[in-house]
Amino acid sequence: MKTAKKVISVAWLVLILAFIYIPILLLAVYSFTDATVVGGSIDGFSFQNYITLFKNEETRSMIGGTILLALGSALIATVFGTIGAIGTFYSKRTAKTLINFANQIPVVNADVVTGFSLCVLLIVLLGISKDTFVPLVAGHVVLCAPFVYLSVMPRLKQMDNNLYEAALDLGATPAQALFKVVIPQLLPGILSGFMLAITLSLDDYFITTYTKPSTFDTISTYVVNATKGGQTDIKTALWALSTIIFLIVVIVVVLMNVVSGKKKTTEERI
Amino acid sequence: MTKTLKLRFNRKQLCIPYAAFLILFVICPLLVIIYYAFTDGTGQFTFDNLVNFFSNGNTLGTLLNSIGISVVTTLVCLVIAYPVAYILARSKFRKKYVLLMLFVLPMWINFTLRITALKEILTAIETNIAEYPFLNTVIGMTYDFLPFMILPLYTTLSKLDKSLIEAAEDLGANGFTVFMRVILPLSVPGIISGVTMVLLPSMTNYVVLDMLYNSTYIMGSLIGSYFAAYDWNNGSMISLILLIIIFIITLATNRFSDSGESGGRTVL
Repeated sequence: MKTAKKVISVAWLVLILAFIYIPILLLAVYSFTDATVVGGSIDGFSFQNYITLFKNEETRSMIGGTILLALGSALIATVFGTIGAIGTFYSKRTAKTLINFANQIPVVNADVVTGFSLCVLLIVLLGISKDTFVPLVAGHVVLCAPFVYLSVMPRLKQMDNNLYEAALDLGATPAQALFKVVIPQLLPGILSGFMLAITLSLDDYFITTYTKPSTFDTISTYVVNATKGGQTDIKTALWALSTIIFLIVVIVVVLMNVVSGKKKTTEERI
Repeated sequence: MTKTLKLRFNRKQLCIPYAAFLILFVICPLLVIIYYAFTDGTGQFTFDNLVNFFSNGNTLGTLLNSIGISVVTTLVCLVIAYPVAYILARSKFRKKYVLLMLFVLPMWINFTLRITALKEILTAIETNIAEYPFLNTVIGMTYDFLPFMILPLYTTLSKLDKSLIEAAEDLGANGFTVFMRVILPLSVPGIISGVTMVLLPSMTNYVVLDMLYNSTYIMGSLIGSYFAAYDWNNGSMISLILLIIIFIITLATNRFSDSGESGGRTVL
């Protein structure tokens, strides 16, 4: 009875993992061939897709643009979210409740609605040109900052409030106390907020489509357009991109586990 | 004393830029949406957009359709994810954290690329993927949102107090009763959080369908097509209706109360 249960459990996990990974892995295998459809005939292995991905002007600039946009908006969002969380934490109750509520709106709202409403306000009503990148960056900051705020808040609650006072008593200016005492205490929360902001920005499709300049593409919008278009070499080059991103994600996750594992063991020793 | 008071005041002021940012880019867009939803192209007040939505068979059908799709997708995700989270949470495997990572790792890969991979597989299996719109919609959405269901369920189930289960067993409950009367009720918060994580996106993420060559229309697709037609007024009305749906779901699941732990999207 017990072994039967165990077998069923393992089988279920394997089945779901297969559902999750077979498409990604199969695409990875086919990215190293000259086949144009998955399941089609393979005549030979080649790196052509990878060469196209990095040689083609369009794909190169959209990868660069995506990374730049993610880093830039994550940075702005981290500054806004962190400062906002610190300020709100020390504010009166009413202000706290209001800001918490407003902060929660983009978190629960559908990205389509966030993107569309920003487009209507900034581009249609205020007439800001899409080409200035202002609506796009604003949209990505709106997407990311609330999550930075949410990841800094718990750190503030844990922080020893006397540290700030002590710094002031020892003659630090408020700015010094903030940068040398408070912010270092919050750093883990700020960093995880920043990482989260990057992943959110990288994964976004809707806010980008509604606010981006027509000549600019991120990975998401480019992939969606490419699946509608008929360019086979671009389509298969994106398989290469998918494989590379998959590998990067795996490496980052493994590294983070190793680092946090090491931290835990040293903490245990202490 | 006066010095600290003055400085405390300084620290509080830090919330002003963020509050201004939220007002400008979060509150204002929503107000503008409400304004556009109740005006026509010339700025005249009108209920036409609302009437349009509820008198048109297509848009009403879309609303029902997307509710149907999101409910089915959420149920499928729940049925798949609950056993996974349960097995992982109760396993005595020492490195089960690694296993959990395996299940949620795809969430960091760009979803359009993941759907591309899925599309290629579905094309290889079904030949013509346009033939099974409903099935493919549910498969695509499930593929996209499954990690967001697994994560909150796992979090709740792994925090479950084991002594309660042991107590139930000692008092003579069999495995099924323990599950139904103890484990399932205690995991309701995880279920609710997972359901909200999946229900909303599966009502609005029309790109998954677009990429699967799917002619199925959901609420998000309506906004997409009004956007493409520069019809801000009708688009705003759809957004407003979606906002109301979101508001109702949020109130029902009461997520505002336990902000900060808002499910899988904040986990890293």
